[in-house]
Amino acid sequence: MSVADRPIVSPASGEGAAYPEHHFLNHTSGFLSWALTLDHKRIGLMYLVGVMSSFALGGMFALMIRLHLWNFKDGWLSNQTYNQVFTLHGAIMVFLFIIPSIPAALGNFLLPIMLGTKDVAFPRLNLGSFYLWVTGLVLFLTALSITGLDTGWTFYTPYSIETQKGGAVLAATFGVFVLGFSSIFTGLNFIVTINTMRPPGMTWFRMPLFLWATYATSIIQVLATPVLGITVLLLSAERLLGIGIFDPKLNGDPVTFQHFFWFYSHPAVYIMILPAMGIISELMSVHCHKGIFGYRMIAYSSVAIALFGFLVWGHHMFTSGMADVTTIVFSALTFTVSIPSAIKVFNWLGTMYQGTVSLNTPMLYALAFIFLFTIGGLTGLPLGALALDMHMHDTYFVVAHFHYVMMGGTLVAFLGGLFHWWPKMTGKMFNDNVGMISAAIVFVGFNLTFLPQFVLGTRGMPRRYATYLEEFQDLHRLSTIGSLTLGIGLLVALLVLLHSLFYGRRAPTNPWGGATLEWVCSSPPPHDNFATAPTVGDPYDFNGIEYDAKQGGYVKKA
Amino acid sequence: MPFILADKVAPYAWFPEGASSFAPQVDYLFTGILWICILFFVPIVIAMVYFMWAYRERPGYRGSPEALHNTPLEITWTVIPTAIVVWIFWEGAVGYLDMARIPKGTVDVNVTAKKWVWSFKYENGGENSFEKIGTVDYPKLVLPVDQDIKLIMRSEDVLHSFFIPAFRAKRDVVPGRYNYMWFHTTKTGIYDLFCTEYCGDNHSNMNAKVEVVSEEEYKKALEKAVQEPEDPLERGKLLYKRLGCSTCHYAGDEGANGPGPSYNGSWGKSVPLESGESVQFDENYVRESILNPPAKKRKGYGAASPMNSYAGRIKDEQIDALITFMKSLENAPAKTGK
Amino acid sequence: MTAIQETAHESEHAQDHHHDHPAWLAHHFDDAEQQFDAGKLGMWLFLVTEVLFFSGMFCAYSLYRNRDPQVFEFCSRFLNEKLGAINTGVLLFSSLTMAWAVRAAQLKQHKLLVGMLGATLGCAAMFLGVKAVEYSHKWELGLFPGKFYVSQIPGAAHGEHGYLGSLCIVPLILTIIAGVYYIYSLATMSKFHQQVAGPILVAGACFFGGVQLGRILEAEETTHHAAEHAAHEHSPGASHDHSQDHSAGELLPEKEGGEVIALGHKSIEDVKVMSEELKTPDASVNQKSMAGLFFSIYYCMTGVHAVHIIGGMLVITWLIVKAAREEFHDQYFGPVDNVGLYWHLVDFIWIYLFPLLYLIT
Repeated sequence: MSVADRPIVSPASGEGAAYPEHHFLNHTSGFLSWALTLDHKRIGLMYLVGVMSSFALGGMFALMIRLHLWNFKDGWLSNQTYNQVFTLHGAIMVFLFIIPSIPAALGNFLLPIMLGTKDVAFPRLNLGSFYLWVTGLVLFLTALSITGLDTGWTFYTPYSIETQKGGAVLAATFGVFVLGFSSIFTGLNFIVTINTMRPPGMTWFRMPLFLWATYATSIIQVLATPVLGITVLLLSAERLLGIGIFDPKLNGDPVTFQHFFWFYSHPAVYIMILPAMGIISELMSVHCHKGIFGYRMIAYSSVAIALFGFLVWGHHMFTSGMADVTTIVFSALTFTVSIPSAIKVFNWLGTMYQGTVSLNTPMLYALAFIFLFTIGGLTGLPLGALALDMHMHDTYFVVAHFHYVMMGGTLVAFLGGLFHWWPKMTGKMFNDNVGMISAAIVFVGFNLTFLPQFVLGTRGMPRRYATYLEEFQDLHRLSTIGSLTLGIGLLVALLVLLHSLFYGRRAPTNPWGGATLEWVCSSPPPHDNFATAPTVGDPYDFNGIEYDAKQGGYVKKA
Repeated sequence: MPFILADKVAPYAWFPEGASSFAPQVDYLFTGILWICILFFVPIVIAMVYFMWAYRERPGYRGSPEALHNTPLEITWTVIPTAIVVWIFWEGAVGYLDMARIPKGTVDVNVTAKKWVWSFKYENGGENSFEKIGTVDYPKLVLPVDQDIKLIMRSEDVLHSFFIPAFRAKRDVVPGRYNYMWFHTTKTGIYDLFCTEYCGDNHSNMNAKVEVVSEEEYKKALEKAVQEPEDPLERGKLLYKRLGCSTCHYAGDEGANGPGPSYNGSWGKSVPLESGESVQFDENYVRESILNPPAKKRKGYGAASPMNSYAGRIKDEQIDALITFMKSLENAPAKTGK
Repeated sequence: MTAIQETAHESEHAQDHHHDHPAWLAHHFDDAEQQFDAGKLGMWLFLVTEVLFFSGMFCAYSLYRNRDPQVFEFCSRFLNEKLGAINTGVLLFSSLTMAWAVRAAQLKQHKLLVGMLGATLGCAAMFLGVKAVEYSHKWELGLFPGKFYVSQIPGAAHGEHGYLGSLCIVPLILTIIAGVYYIYSLATMSKFHQQVAGPILVAGACFFGGVQLGRILEAEETTHHAAEHAAHEHSPGASHDHSQDHSAGELLPEKEGGEVIALGHKSIEDVKVMSEELKTPDASVNQKSMAGLFFSIYYCMTGVHAVHIIGGMLVITWLIVKAAREEFHDQYFGPVDNVGLYWHLVDFIWIYLFPLLYLIT
């Protein structure tokens, strides 16, 4: 179908019949009706605005870094400023954008609807999580504006204890602490909602895969984040009271800090990627109009990744001088994570096989995800191999690897999901052709940015360098050009979405032909989603869902 | 794009030229994994693009909703990757054990890392010299070729990491403990040494050069390395680099321009302090600032990265030599431009 | 209206159940059981996160105890196990009253419920009172965490710093406010306000009761040590009067590395006796990097625990307000039950902390 702009269909005209008079957006109005809302959909939208603004901020820092590295020395930033910029880029992207992006923004909006409930189990806690997130944001911005934070997002001791930017470290660690609790409460809310509020008929294996992924993510959020909480709390105490647990000057051990930190921060990687995988499972199935291939394997592999993810934190520390046995065990465990990830990629391809592939913006992002995530996953193999990691640890190879996973993976999936559910969230269709162009620019720009960094890494270019040897300059310039392209692509995507808000055609109930419950709700959904609990069938049964030109979307034929 | 491959130092596409016994092993494993990755990646992309085309939505075509499950296929694509990663793990672990097990009869070098300079102490107690390449003075570690080298590493402040790409060897340097690493040099030449663990303002300048030379040249270098020069000015100049002063304080026409104040044109003048007072830049001020840096901070440097105290790490004669060096810069011009 | 929506309407839950929702049942829950299950699961998950939160500190504890066991043995002597034991008892008793409160809520015994919650609140306050004495006593001895650790502040051996006084300021203000509130409730003859103000006032009193009890026992401990020291008297040069030691608070000799050896109330000979018992040289332990680290861990663990007690007191107060309004009944007692679970966990963590910190010998 063509989703090019058409004039808005008047609701009175009878066309686009599913467009509701009353929905959650116009249910009540006024600032307080948003600020104090308990509606998961509004909270989800507020998160969406928040995380996208954070992403824009983090992205500006990324461009500053890339522009600074255009020349091998005498860039436009001082060393000190450069260090602050990469720290803020990392910290903002990790704590304020990627971790809350899919679970808190899309998850909040979709989870109860996909589950067929009126709201999450604890709506007030949900709003509390959002305000904790806002508090964390404020603390980060304080760290940013008052004094520059320059520890790197990992806050490694003893540097974070010694640095002059004490106030910034305190503000940032406290911000991380608060954000951690925001994340814990969101995860807790989701687990309880899924466990206790599934409607009759929705067994575990009739849940959409996005919910499986969110469930696995929530488990990690609940189990790993408290350890981060206590770690940053101890680090604040280290700064305030000089407790010495992580300070070698007081007989503390900095490597212990690394263990504590990565015990959270490695599972956090799966907090970032698992929901992305869930989105891709939904997108592949809906846009291929075919049931997901190997549903159970995908569901199990989400849980497997969540569990294995807890056992591999040591692979961030292969060079720190752990005992040989520990190092080798961590390496072995690391490889176990690769198998469920590989299974998912094969299953997505299997879903395309003999399907009916609609090429549209969400699908293009999903395909880009498979391409980029496969590269990200495969380049994890040399890093997991101990002998090779000795060479590549803390070089640009690692930088490129995790950007392929987190940005090529999570961000691209987030964008795909955003385009996919945008009509549901806002009730407006976007311009699909321009959307596809944005996907293409993002794809090209992304590869141009990060492919050269693999080569930089194997050649020995270390991370976090403000100046570097001249021999690396050409590759760095290539990467900088790529980053600008990427920036343009993302800007186009943003403009497509903003444009749709004002000029977009009204969205039908089911624009893509999905079979999960959110496509039963009107676009946008009514205030309490379902007046009565819906009947639940197979979430991937596309039989009888057919395109209806009159509505511009899909309907279920009897 | 030809300029990807036009690396001015290393003519190889992926790695700098190997110069230790680890290099062949690492490069072999990398090439092996690279081919495995290609064998997975290329079919995946081909399948993706083919499916995209063959099963595209078009009038008159409707896909089959049948293929949802295929146990033999799913088992295959679980088992084969498992077997492959077991091999990768095995090769990686074997290579790692080689790197971790230090042989006997090594040439030992003590490595000290501090913000932002590497210093090396040879077995005979001699310390490293410096070599100017371009405008930068790099600490130079001289090593004999065809020998097992063992490094005993410690840090005086924060975490650092010792990395020589050509040797494919890296190990963190952790304050409060000794970390060890070893490698076997196979080729003479000059190689880059980087700090790869973020350590503050001038992290990216914490580089050094490793020169691998023949046995005789190594012996000669060792003899030269023993003594600090007698002449106080020469000694001061050497200490300025060796103690890491040059990594923060600009002096003469070299050293980093920050975070510390430049020595140029300071001697004998009255310099303003953070506290609002001012102090005579004389012997006592220099001495106090070396032994107790936070006591009298220069104006404008209150928020700069702190300097570590040198108390207990520096002899009085060495302070004298540094003072001589600073005196010689009484009328040197401040750094112009960036 | 699409076909799918129509099927949704035909479902068995089609009857409009908006109107049979009582006030205590949130609109998005189907029935009381679902609401109760959700709350309970949520609380259990929260407790898991709490356990993990503390487990980080338990890890640090075991790492450093494993590395320097003699430090832990030496420093544990400065913790008053009598006070620790009393606090353990107080918390165990409060767990009992909390469990009783849950029962009372189910049986709609509103007065008993308020009473039991009040008792729990009082126990918590008493715990904090004893804790305040313990903390302030250690601060007077200079037993601070990490880099602030000093073996003795000259001239400070007798608590001239008034740490205890400053710790008591906030509780005192709160108690006064509670007192005023209670008088107000008496004046207005409001049963509701009396039921809220009474327990809070009692809790305030309990805090100061705890402080008093702590001070008596701490003083006893000091005398006891002096007596023990007299019994162990065998150092030939030490013939001077002990009472003078206690009153003079003189500057003690500096040991190598600028570390001062002294333990405030206890005379220097005491330390020697103790270290002879332990067969460890005290100078190597009595340092910022050794004993200081122990006290860092001690303050972190007990401090975070104390914060949890304070948090618990806040939610119990909230429960008292709800209980005074007689909101709970057999269909709706989830909040009492869940706070009870939380309170048991806080108690449980203390049961681990007490032997791990106080009883190392």
